[in-house]
Parts: sequence; structure tokens; C-alpha cells
Amino acid sequence: MRSLINILDLSTQDIEELITVANDIIANPEKYREKCRYKKLATLFYEPSTRTRLSFESAMLELGGSVIGFSEANSSSSAKGESVADTAKTVSCYADIIAMRHPKEGAPLVASQNASIPVINAGDGGHNHPTQTLADLLTIYREKGGFDNLTLGFCGDLKFGRTVHSLISAMSRYKGIKVVLISPEELKLPSYIKKDVLKKNNIPYTQTTSLENAIADLDILYMTRVQRERFFNEEDYLRLKDSYILEPGKLRNAKPDLAIMHPLPRVNEISVAIDSDPRACYFKQVLYGKYMRMALILKLLGEAEK
Amino acid sequence: MNVDSINNGIVIDHITAGCGMKLYELLGLENADCSVAIIKNVTSRKMGKKDIIKIDADIPVNIDIIGFVDPGATVNIIKDGKLIEKREISLPLTLTDVIKCKNPRCITSVEQELKHVFRLTDENNKIYRCVYCETKANI
Repeated sequence: MRSLINILDLSTQDIEELITVANDIIANPEKYREKCRYKKLATLFYEPSTRTRLSFESAMLELGGSVIGFSEANSSSSAKGESVADTAKTVSCYADIIAMRHPKEGAPLVASQNASIPVINAGDGGHNHPTQTLADLLTIYREKGGFDNLTLGFCGDLKFGRTVHSLISAMSRYKGIKVVLISPEELKLPSYIKKDVLKKNNIPYTQTTSLENAIADLDILYMTRVQRERFFNEEDYLRLKDSYILEPGKLRNAKPDLAIMHPLPRVNEISVAIDSDPRACYFKQVLYGKYMRMALILKLLGEAEK
Repeated sequence: MNVDSINNGIVIDHITAGCGMKLYELLGLENADCSVAIIKNVTSRKMGKKDIIKIDADIPVNIDIIGFVDPGATVNIIKDGKLIEKREISLPLTLTDVIKCKNPRCITSVEQELKHVFRLTDENNKIYRCVYCETKANI
């Protein structure tokens, strides 16, 4: 594997290896402090992102490497009309690895086809966001000790929520998985994902509009934000944004070892009062995201085996 | 109805009735200099009705497009009035610059130089998806 564009570019064995490295980084951070000395990560962010960009940058810095790049399209040559392909070829002359976020779907794939260095997709529009899925997978692994025999509930915007689509695809490869889809009618999981992923892999799933009715069965509750930027129409956004809000009262019937996850940022879909509940995992998820990005950079630069 | 047989060229036969015109368009035959005949609704023992395209010159024809539009069609190469080759058609694994991705969020919508590439993802249901954004092709 030279680049990471889609989470399914990684086999389950690749994911296991990344998790092993990430766990080792957590246990022995000093071992990794110089691993990427003299290496450069280029963060090419054509749209704003705080979390993902800072996560990549801190991951590289903790590996002893350095970071160059831009954080919005206006400050790059794309404002002058440069193609993604040309930018990728140019940046290949300066850096050792690229992390790219772009509002258009498929842009990181174009970059990977033209760059001579590895490219990591850091989010392409509403399409893929594989390193968020890696963060989610490490969180599930560390909270549950593995991936088999889990009931996963996905709540909120399941239509546009790319993190949901990717995590469902990634988890569909493990044994004994059950899925509960909790969303308003307008934001249901697209039928092609149900057909191509859930049905194809014989994963039992149920669809409901009630979070309260579903919560008791869940091992994982994956909350999502209704994202303003995915709507063409402000009216639809305003009507649906408050559809599901997780408050302490709704956890009454939840399992004591439920893991509450969220790709963040949240708006109001998880009450701040939940933050102190030991079942809240979303800030751990952020931290695990950094460790998985460190493991991925090491793997793509061929440093993981050394 | 009679259409003259050709001496050197290509006959695309067993086209599903109604698909001949679409195939003509996608193959870009409107730009061909030679004679081209589309014969619609020809009586066929096997198919009931079929379309046929006759091209009166040995011009390059993209077999992938034929496979994409109508994998049941056959391509016959004629030389000196004789059938010299019968090509089997199957669904192509990829289609390059045959159809356009219509997803406004796809990178191909803003970068004009990019080829529009679709990959066959479901052979049974003949589903092609854009390699960049995975949007299903509208056939």
C-alpha cells in the first residue's frame, strides 16, 4: 500500500498492524520520538478543518518530523487555477508524504495518481475520511477489546455522514456484527450502502427513528452531527438539525459499558452533561486519532518495520 | 427493406432493438466520413426484433462502448466481402471517457482535463461507478 484513499484500501490485517503500532506508541512514546526525523509532511487543506489538520500535524511532530502546507484553498496555487494533479507533482518535490483534504470527491485519488510520494485522504467532501475511521476503529478496539460480536448504533445524519458510511464498511468485515440505524426519515442511510455493504455481508440491521427504544441493545453508540455544509437548502438544515440530542435521561436504559462515540465537532447533539459520564469516548477518540495517524505515517513511509 | 452488403468494414449485429441509435451516438459515428447505416427493428429469429449498424470502412471502433451499451451484440469484421472475424462482446471492466460523471461534487466537475473513468462494480446488475466519487452511472 502506497497511499490511503479509502478505508477499504486497508485489509483487516493492515488495520491490525496499525492498531498494534498505535498501541505501542501509546505504551512507549519515547521509542517513536525520532522515527521521522528529517521527514516532511505536507498538509494540503483546500477547506477548513481544525481537528484533522492539527491531528496530522501533531502526529508528524511527535514522530520528530516537520510539517509544511496550507490550510485553505485561497492561500494555495489552486486559487490561480492550478490542478490537483500539478499541485501533487509539485509538492512531491518538497515533502515525503501528503495529507490532503479537498471539498471535491475523488481529489485525493487524483493526487495519489500523480504524486511520487504517499498521499493520505484527509477527507474528500462527503465521500471518504479513512483516518477518522482509523480513529474510530482504535477507539472501539481499546474500549471493547476487539471488533467481533458488537451491536453498533448509528444516530443522526446517516445520509450525508461519511464517517458513518466508512465505519459501517470497515466493521462489516468482522464477525457477529449487528447494526441499528437511528435517524429521521430524510437522513436515512443510503440504500446502496444497505445493499452493497450490510446485505452483501449478511449483517443484520434494523432502522428506527427512536433513540430511546434502541439504546438498551447497543455496545457502541455513534452519534453524528447534522452538517450544515452538506445541505443545499438552509431550510432543510434548520428543520433537521435538532433531530437527535443525547441527554443523560436518554442513557437510563443503556448498558453500563456502552461506548458513546462522535467524530466531532458536535453542535448540540450530545449534551455537555454527558461529557463526565465514563461512557463518553469522543475526546479519547480524538487522541486515538492522532496515534492512528502516527501509525499510518510510519507505515506509509516504511518506518513501521524499522 | 434492403441495405447493400459491405466489402470492407464492420457490422454490429444483434443489437437489442432500440439501442442502435444510442450506440451510434456513443461510438461517435456521426463524425465518420464513410457510409454508416442504422437499421432498426429488423426481424430476428433469436431476438424477435434487433437493430444493426453497418459501417462501410475499417475504422477503429471502441468495443468497450458496445459491451457497455449492449453486451449481447456481436461485431463482425468484413474484408473483401467476407466475414474474417467475429468478436465476442462482454461488459468492460472500466470505461474511459465514454460517459460523464454527473455528480456536481465530483472532482471531474471542476477539473476539465481529467478523464471520466467508471469501473464495473456489480456485473449482475450492470452497475458502473465513477472511480473518483463512486457515483453510480446513469445508463
